[in-house]
Amino acid sequence: MDTFFQQIINGLVQGSVYAMVALGYTMVYGILGLINFAHGEVVMVGAMVALSVIQLSISYGLPPILALLIGLMVSIAACMALGYSIERVAYRPLRKAPRLAPLITAIGVSMVLQTLAMIIWGREYHAFPSLLPNGSHILFGAIITEVQILIILVALAMMGGLLLLVHRTRLGRAMRAVAEDPSIATLMGVNTNSVISTTFMLGSALAATAGVMISANYGIAHYYMGSVLGLKAFTAAVLGGIGNMYGAMVGGLLLGLIESLGAGYIGDLSGGFLGSHYQDVFSFFVLISVLIFRPSGLLGERVAERS
Amino acid sequence: MMTSAKPHAPLLELSDIGKSFGGLSALSDISLHIRRGEIYGLIGPNGAGKTTLFNILTGLYRADGGRFTFDNTEYGGHCKSHTLARAGIARTFQNIRLFSNMTALENVMVGRHLRTRSGIWGALTRNAATRAEERETLQRARELLSYVGINRPHQTLAKNLSYGEQRRLEIARALATDPKLIALDEPVAGMNSTETDSLKKLLRDIRAGGTTVLIIEHDVKLILSLCDRVAVLDQGKKIAEDTPDQIKCNSAVISAYFGIEPAAYEQNSTKLPTARLPDQANHDHP
Repeated sequence: MDTFFQQIINGLVQGSVYAMVALGYTMVYGILGLINFAHGEVVMVGAMVALSVIQLSISYGLPPILALLIGLMVSIAACMALGYSIERVAYRPLRKAPRLAPLITAIGVSMVLQTLAMIIWGREYHAFPSLLPNGSHILFGAIITEVQILIILVALAMMGGLLLLVHRTRLGRAMRAVAEDPSIATLMGVNTNSVISTTFMLGSALAATAGVMISANYGIAHYYMGSVLGLKAFTAAVLGGIGNMYGAMVGGLLLGLIESLGAGYIGDLSGGFLGSHYQDVFSFFVLISVLIFRPSGLLGERVAERS
Repeated sequence: MMTSAKPHAPLLELSDIGKSFGGLSALSDISLHIRRGEIYGLIGPNGAGKTTLFNILTGLYRADGGRFTFDNTEYGGHCKSHTLARAGIARTFQNIRLFSNMTALENVMVGRHLRTRSGIWGALTRNAATRAEERETLQRARELLSYVGINRPHQTLAKNLSYGEQRRLEIARALATDPKLIALDEPVAGMNSTETDSLKKLLRDIRAGGTTVLIIEHDVKLILSLCDRVAVLDQGKKIAEDTPDQIKCNSAVISAYFGIEPAAYEQNSTKLPTARLPDQANHDHP
């Protein structure tokens, strides 16, 4: 039972990160019908920028918690600017192009970002300083660290805030209106371009936070960390029903749990033949199954092709 | 009601508006004017170019030639939708185009977008100005819903409203933009006579409230009993523009609708059938 609860906790932590990144995929898809494959790299840039800012802050002798806060804020701002620029430079000129063109561009942007990060931060793994108290608690016989508690709380707060924004504000209504019918939204005075830019910026802010979280949890940052994480979060978005925000959250948490329970028990199930480093298998098994058996995802509706 | 300094200056004046698709001319040299505070009808057989004209007026299509003046400002043939919406032209659609997965209330609130300001900063901080604006938007949307007569819970999704309610919701959403001119594309299509009568009353109320009404309709009886003036389009050309009484007797209109010379028509009948168009007549009596 201890393994079970431990893996549940690990899964929830990992799942919160997936959910936050998946929201970025799903919001952009909801509005543009585009899968922004560069989104995973935004997470990586978020982690890297935070790392540099934190190292700098520490070298000026700032207290660790303040350094972490400044790192997070700068990283959110940087990623919002990055998200805005990606949309402006790579996707907006292709708004009316065939759907394959922006998709290929997205992959291109992702490679450019990865390479730039490699040039700036180097190829080596960076130790992400542990800035929070190292305490931990026992819950149902499983260990949960304070960093993990913080990750779950911050993720919940940000996702709740996003839902409120989308459902209770003028900006959120404009976003949903553009997602449903851009030309009618324009007739109501909604500036579609600025709504789309804002969507990219919100998604990038979540991605930056997720990047900092995951680096803080594992204590490591690397220029390549965005690509697998991005694929997993995309899987989570598809699992929940891409385009549906609740779907992204449910899908993220569920994928985190599946992966973590899978990793916890794969050794026993295969008689010790396979180890927990095979956990990625579960994610992509989920992706393939969803695509075959329920392409619209758990919460997704079958959406008519936009005319 | 008529607030302009020049009450008799037309609110909307079209000059030589033309539009063709490929080689097909949908509108040619349309000129007409709509006065402030009137209900102006636009009729014509299917394919006459009525909806094309609406699309030009609301910036969904570019005109090939011509220009129009709205509320003392001149616009070329190709204006952005939101510029025209801001100037005060709102519309509804022949095939209803609501935000179907948003609630009735939210649809009207999106209509307020044009006249409200708060952006991402307001959304994140929820400062006093944003909250006040949101309250104002909410109250205005509720008033508009009851004004057009939607009595269901305002949280009903637009797609779950009845057909007649959806048409009214579209009108409420258009009114939320504070239009000077509301353009309605076949607002009573598919409605029964009770619904049609109450919609007619609503349109008169809207006019009494100071908004000029432009209406496309196939129900000729409705147009003739509701409108102050009527223009008739046929094959992309304006063939008549007059009061309903004059339109009834206009020979070009009769021949456009019935495909016969007025003389032959008068031999067969002494009065113009009021409501039947050829396509509807065929539908009723196959």
